[in-house]
Amino acid sequence: MNRNGGKRSERWLGGAAILAVLVFWQAVAAFVVRDSFILPSPVDVAVSFVSLLENGSLPMDFATSILHFAIGLGAALLIGIPVGIVMGWNRRIDALLDPVIEILRPIPPLAWIPFAIVWFGLTNASAGFVIFVGSVFPVLINTYTGFRSVPRIFVEAGKMLGCIKDRDLIRYIAFPSALPSVAAGIRIATGVGWMCLVAAELFGVSKFGLGQKLWFFYNLHQMDAVVVYMILLGLIGLGFDMVFRYWIERQFLKWRMGEVA
Amino acid sequence: MGDLVIRDLCQGFRRDDGSILTAIEHLDLVIHEEELVCVLGPSGCGKTTLLRMIAGLDTATCGEIELDGEQITGPNPKIGIVFQEYSLFPWRTVIDNVAFGLEMRGIPREERTRTAGHFLELVGLAQFRGSYPSELSGGMRQRVAVARALALDPVVLLMDEPFGALDAQTRNMLQHELLMIWEKTRKTIVFITHSVDEAVFLADRIIVLTPRPGRVCETISIDMPRPRDRTGAGFAKFRRYVLDLINQPKCESPDKV
Ligand SMILES: Nc1ncnc2c1ncn2[C@@H]1O[C@H](COP(=O)(O)OP(=O)(O)OP(=O)(O)O)[C@@H](O)[C@H]1O
Ligand SMILES: [Mg+2]
Repeated sequence: MNRNGGKRSERWLGGAAILAVLVFWQAVAAFVVRDSFILPSPVDVAVSFVSLLENGSLPMDFATSILHFAIGLGAALLIGIPVGIVMGWNRRIDALLDPVIEILRPIPPLAWIPFAIVWFGLTNASAGFVIFVGSVFPVLINTYTGFRSVPRIFVEAGKMLGCIKDRDLIRYIAFPSALPSVAAGIRIATGVGWMCLVAAELFGVSKFGLGQKLWFFYNLHQMDAVVVYMILLGLIGLGFDMVFRYWIERQFLKWRMGEVA
Repeated sequence: MGDLVIRDLCQGFRRDDGSILTAIEHLDLVIHEEELVCVLGPSGCGKTTLLRMIAGLDTATCGEIELDGEQITGPNPKIGIVFQEYSLFPWRTVIDNVAFGLEMRGIPREERTRTAGHFLELVGLAQFRGSYPSELSGGMRQRVAVARALALDPVVLLMDEPFGALDAQTRNMLQHELLMIWEKTRKTIVFITHSVDEAVFLADRIIVLTPRPGRVCETISIDMPRPRDRTGAGFAKFRRYVLDLINQPKCESPDKV
């Protein structure tokens, strides 16, 4: 992966590769497969995209999926960060909660779908819950690790400067020190949560949603529309990640550079 | 009044195998108000350990430390410290680092920025107020750390080999600067070093510690006017005296553990 965007000539290379893939795809679809159910061609997909723009429900799908995602990620932050903080700060709470978390963590998020339905019914909250299960652990673990690795010297310097109470030490010393790690956890959670989205919408919690429509069009055997939703899901996921990376770099590059050296 | 009194101080650490490592044993010491004292001792003799107890960061296993007749039981606003290693908060700019203690005291932003700016000027770094610590050299970071400790106007300033990691030139410059600051602010300064040269240049009094377990081996008053000339005869005399003392049996380890 090229993090800095690369030189201009190198970016051309990437663009050329995408173009080549599209041409190859079109050729295979049009001359080899010749069945738009098995493999819709890029042109089919483009036509389908335009008709979806005109008659479809793309904005509603987008909004609904963002709602599910926001519920899941929001709950993950609301629970993952505080739990990560107390576990990272207090060894007893760590010892208390760690086994529970270690047992829950390896359960695949999608295995929670039956309980999502039992507990929340076919609601937006139900889809949010599946996304929450996927994204809470990266947030929690990274917050925990960040707090665990706060250099002792910062805490002691803080105490000598009148920052004594646990609450103040967490707020003014440990949290800022751990923030890069917390942010990295949120970024991972964003990725995982987005991946859970399609499955979370699969079981019919809403009439709209990018994942919901993907299944909807699959059932109609409109594979060109399925590809449209696939590409949208990929691009939006990429967009999240890019925005997030940009934000992280702006926030932390200033003070982290040279810190390791 | 205003003296720092250390009585019969000990400190031990439990080793992994359960035995106790004695870092400091029965150390007695009085440091007077506005005095600049250098504590000199070989690496591992317990200098940092001593300073951490004065700072209230560690509790002694026996003995006591009093400042102004008050026993020290924990971090105390009357005591500021500059650590041996870099301790600036990397997520705060230089000015916000210096203002940190004032912020903890609840002093309004405008006032604390003004005070912090004043102390940054004192250490000659006013133009770096907006920089992050990672953008500063080692010497600059330690100067900011000095400003940060001074901003709270402590009675005693503890300095743990603050210039230990710096090159000779920078070190000499910072020693000059420290004396200037000391004359302006009249703090009691406890300055730890293992450089005889640095101690003779700075101190009113040099406390020579024995190797571990650390005890006071001897106290030497350096009654030489300042500014002191490192190449002068008087300086050489003191330096030789201290160097001889360090090699004497009584300042060597009683039991080589
Ligand atoms: N937290 C600790 N746990 C166990 N042993 C310790 C601890 N702190 C210090 N020691 C031991 O106590 C002794 C004195 O350590 P200290 O850091 O005070 O030395 P120092 O005189 O400051 O040395 P230097 O000049 O290298 O900084 C050393 O042998 C060290 O290994
Ligand atoms: Mg030390």
